[in-house]
Amino acid sequence: MSFINYSSKEINCKIVYYGPGLCGKTNNLHYIYKRMNYDARGKMVSLATETERTLFFDFLPLSLGEVRGFKTRFHLYTVPGQVFYDASRRLILRGVDGVVFCADSQLARMDANIESLENLRLNLEEQGYNMGKVPMVIQYNKRDLPDIASVVEMHALLNTRNVPEFEACARTGMGVFETLKAIIKLVLNDLRKGAR
Amino acid sequence: MNSPSRFVLREQEFNAFLAVLRKFRATALAKAVFLVDKDGALIASTGETAGFDVTALASLAAGNIAATGGLANLIGEKEFSILFHEGERDNMHISVVGDRLILVVVFDRQSSIGLVRLRVRRASEELSRILASAEQKTGEEVLIEELTEEDIESLFC
Repeated sequence: MSFINYSSKEINCKIVYYGPGLCGKTNNLHYIYKRMNYDARGKMVSLATETERTLFFDFLPLSLGEVRGFKTRFHLYTVPGQVFYDASRRLILRGVDGVVFCADSQLARMDANIESLENLRLNLEEQGYNMGKVPMVIQYNKRDLPDIASVVEMHALLNTRNVPEFEACARTGMGVFETLKAIIKLVLNDLRKGAR
Repeated sequence: MNSPSRFVLREQEFNAFLAVLRKFRATALAKAVFLVDKDGALIASTGETAGFDVTALASLAAGNIAATGGLANLIGEKEFSILFHEGERDNMHISVVGDRLILVVVFDRQSSIGLVRLRVRRASEELSRILASAEQKTGEEVLIEELTEEDIESLFC
């Protein structure tokens, strides 16, 4: 749910990074945090276990400048990817404006990707969304590893909606900002369409 | 619109929210007061807020309410509408307002949990009325209609 504040002249949008455990959602946010100008990003909050697995969520606020005199603020969240944290994932999707589905390119993780995508669909429906309409992009992460699926294969398995898709390596930063830029554009476009 | 609902806040309602928060802070002897939406965006704040990362505070308060709401559902409750966190020096009182907003109150020994709870009840009623008025007006979104492809592109230059 976007929040438009006419008083402080701000548009706030919520973007959620979703995907199976250890697919690189938190790494995406870490890279964005490291590379954004100090004045464009707020403090990153990570609610993680002692072994740095996301327990509830990671949160990174970004300010991207103004459109029509309105400051644009994007709140980036990750969900905990591990299967048993489903209740937390559902909560974080509440009020979402756009989703980045972060898929793990390793062949051994294809079943986990499919399961997570199905879980996303169910959890969105539970929050009153239609997955076919929510602004979404897919990131094929970990392209630097051996034993990975081809983009064509991953597209066929995961991108039946034909949303924008990006190859990435979140650890080094490849594809991270391309993904972010794409989802921000879709979210703002959706905001525009929604007003009609 | 795909998302279930969009929240639009105008000058008039913002000022009304702020007036209620200021009055509440004075009468409850609170250090700082924040009004946050349930999705984690800060709406208004007053008091000694300079030392706080208000964006993180808003997000975590919303996460807190969401998580305890999940716990409430497990035992058949709709939600726990009041949370209280006691610290060594400062305390935090978090409550749900009008099913959509969260009122976060930071207070120390100058006040008490009893006084805060009493004042929160009154303030919540006033905030709910303002919220209802804000929600009625949602739909007059002039800015967004004017947003062009070029505007969006300009953010990335």
